[in-house]
Amino acid sequence: MTQPIFSFPGGLHPADHKAESNTAAIVPAPLSARYRVPMRQHAGNPAKPLVLPGEHVLKGQAIGCLDGRISATVHAPTSGRVVGVESYPIPHPSGLTDRCVVIESDGRDEAVPASRLDWRNLAPEAVCEELEDMGLVGLGGAVFPSHIKLEPAAGIETLIINGAECEPWITCDDRLMRERAGEIMAGVEIARHLLGAREVLVGIEDNKPEAIAAMRAACAGTGAKVVVVPTKYPSGGAKQLIELLTGLEIPAGKLSTDIGIQVFNVATSYALWRAAELGEALVSRVVTVTGHVARPGNYEVRVGTPIEELLQLAGGELPGATGQLVGGPLMGFDLEDTRAPVTKGVNCIIVTSDALFPPRPRAMPCIRCGQCALACPVRLQPYEMYLYAKAKDLDKAKAYNLADCIECGCCSYVCPSHIPLVDYYRFAKSELLARGREQRAAETARERHEFRSFRLEREKQEKAERLGKKAGERLEAGAVAADDPEAARKKALLEAAIERAKKAKEAAPPPANTDHLSAAQQAEVDAIEARRAQAGTEQTVADKT
Amino acid sequence: MIMAILVMAGIGLMLGIVLGWAEVRFRVAEDPLVEKIDKILPQTQCGQCGFPGCRPYAEAIAKHEADINLCPPGGEHGVRQLADLLGVEFKPLGAGKEPKPKSVAVIDENTCIGCTLCIQACPVDAIIGASKQMHTIVANACTGCELCLAPCPVDCIHMEVIHESVGNWKWRYPVFPIHEEAKAA
Repeated sequence: MTQPIFSFPGGLHPADHKAESNTAAIVPAPLSARYRVPMRQHAGNPAKPLVLPGEHVLKGQAIGCLDGRISATVHAPTSGRVVGVESYPIPHPSGLTDRCVVIESDGRDEAVPASRLDWRNLAPEAVCEELEDMGLVGLGGAVFPSHIKLEPAAGIETLIINGAECEPWITCDDRLMRERAGEIMAGVEIARHLLGAREVLVGIEDNKPEAIAAMRAACAGTGAKVVVVPTKYPSGGAKQLIELLTGLEIPAGKLSTDIGIQVFNVATSYALWRAAELGEALVSRVVTVTGHVARPGNYEVRVGTPIEELLQLAGGELPGATGQLVGGPLMGFDLEDTRAPVTKGVNCIIVTSDALFPPRPRAMPCIRCGQCALACPVRLQPYEMYLYAKAKDLDKAKAYNLADCIECGCCSYVCPSHIPLVDYYRFAKSELLARGREQRAAETARERHEFRSFRLEREKQEKAERLGKKAGERLEAGAVAADDPEAARKKALLEAAIERAKKAKEAAPPPANTDHLSAAQQAEVDAIEARRAQAGTEQTVADKT
Repeated sequence: MIMAILVMAGIGLMLGIVLGWAEVRFRVAEDPLVEKIDKILPQTQCGQCGFPGCRPYAEAIAKHEADINLCPPGGEHGVRQLADLLGVEFKPLGAGKEPKPKSVAVIDENTCIGCTLCIQACPVDAIIGASKQMHTIVANACTGCELCLAPCPVDCIHMEVIHESVGNWKWRYPVFPIHEEAKAA
C-alpha cells in the first residue's frame, strides 16, 4: 500500500540552490581556541550558568541548568577553563548581546564519562528526566526543548520525522540523512518508543533522491515509512508537513499533539540517538555554510564556535560579499556581528553578495492584487493583515488571524510591489506579545495590591481584636479582685500600713543627730567646740570673709 | 373597554413584578464600568494620577470626577483605550505626566539599615525584609511606581531602567528611505 500524499495551499518554487553545498561530505570542524556558549539557545527561559570563571570543565559537562519548565540544559563543547560569564553578541535578529559562558579550550578535548541510557527498559518518564540533562532542542530551527515534546502524552498516534528541508540553500539535513540514516532511524525508534506512536512517517522532498534512498534503506524492517513529497516551499514547516502527510490541518491555537501527531526534525532524532545510546549531550550540530564563500559545504560544528571561524573553514568570504544570513533566505535574518557564536538553532550561514541576493527594490503601494493570499500556505489574507499592521491597528490585525502566520515569507516573495510584508507581521506580532506580557504583569500587580489591601485590613482587625481582648482581661482582673476575700484582705492591710506610716511621719519629726548623746560623746563634742573657740577668731573671720 | 384596560393593567402589573424581582435578584453589586476601566489601567498603583491607586482612579473616572489623561504609566495607548471605552474625545497626557521608561527599584543592600519604611510604602508587597534586616526588591513583582524612594531615610533605593535585551526585544516597525537621493548624498 502506498502512502497517500495530500497538499497544502499556496507555497513557492524558488530556485533551490542546494547543489552548491550538498555534494561534499560533512566536515568536522577543528577545535577552536575559545568557545562562547550562549545561555539562551532554546525557546523558553535562558539557562542559569552553573560555572564560575577559573573553573575547569570537561566536554559534555553541564554549564547551564534549566530555569523553569520550558528551558534546556547547556553543556561545555570541549574541555578547558571557564574564563568568564559575559555579555556577547549572539546570532539573533536584534543583534543584541546576551549572557555567554566563555571557555578557553585546553586542547585535550576530554569528555565527561558517558553511559548508555537503557531507554527500552526504563519507564518513559525516567527516560525523559534523563534526557532533560542532555540539552536536546529541536534542531530544525524552532529550538523547542525536546524533553518536553518526548514526555509521554496520551493519544500520540503518528510520529512525523521532518526531513523536508524546503528552504533554498540549506543542505545540512540532506547530508545528515545521506551519511547517518541508520543513526537517525535509531533515534526515531527511541522517540517512537517513548511516545507510544503507532505510525512513523518520514517526510522528504523529492529534490533529495540520495537522502531518500539512504533513509529508505535505513527504514527497511522498522515499520517506518519514507514519504516523498513534492518540492514546494514551505513543505518543511511542521504544520505544512502534517497537512501533506496526513491531510489534517491543525486548528488555530491548537498544537499538533492535540490531534495525535508529534513532529521531530531528522537532526533532532540524530541528537536523540547520540544522547540515549552514547550518553553524549548536544554540543555540536551540522551547519551549512554556503553562498558567496570559497568552499560551500556542511560542517559539524561545536556550539560556541565563532561564526567567523566557520566562514574561514569554508575558505572565507569571496570578494564582493555583502553580509551574512543566518538560516535560509526566506526566514533567516541578517547577522550583525560575525564574532557571534554558532548556537543550537543555527542551521545555515549564507554569505550574501549583490549577484546572489540583489537588494530589494523600493516598496511600492499595495495594489491589492491578491498574489500574497494565493501564496499563503496558511490561507490567510496577507494584504489585510498588512494594512492593519501598517496602521498599527493590532486588534484588527489579530482579528485577521495574525497569530496563525508562520512567517514563511511567501507573501513577501511574490509581492509585485516588493512590500516586506513579513516585517510588518513580525512587528505586529511582537507588539501583541509585549502587550500580552504587560497585561499579565498588570494582572499580577492588581492581585498583589488587592491582597495587600486585604492583608492590611486583616492586620488592623487583628490588632483591634487583640487590644480589645487585653482591655477585657484587665477589667476582668479588677472584677475578680473585688470578689476574692483574700485579695481584699491583703489590699486592706496594705492600705492600713500606708496610713500608719503617714501618721507616724506627721506625729514625730525626724530626730537630730545631737539629741540623745552618751556622756563620752558629749565630752568629745565639747572638746571639739572648745578647740574651735580657741583657734577660732581667725577661722571665724576667714569664714566670714 | 373595561376588559381591555384590565388586561393591559394586568400585564403591566405582572411585568412590573417580574422586573422588580429581577432588580433584587440580579443586582450588580459594583459598577461594571469601574471594573472595565480598572482593567485598562496599568495597575502600577503609583498614585501619579492623584488617587491612591488604580481602582480609586477608575472609580473617579466612572463618576466623571477625574480626567482620562492622568495616568502616565498607561501612556497614550491607555488614554486611547479609555476614550474608546467611555466614548469621549482622546486627550494627550497632561503636562508633567510624560511617561517614563519602564524601570524597577533597586535597593543598595550595603546602605540599607532595615527600617521597613519602604516595605510599608510598597503597594504590591514587592519588598522583602524585616526590622533591622536587609531588604530586597522582588524585581518581577515591582511595578516601578517609585513610592518606596521617598520614605527611605538613607536614600538607598534607586530606579533602574529596564534595558532592551534579547528576552524583551521587539521587531521594529519597518521604515524605508523615501528619497534614494538622500542616501547617496
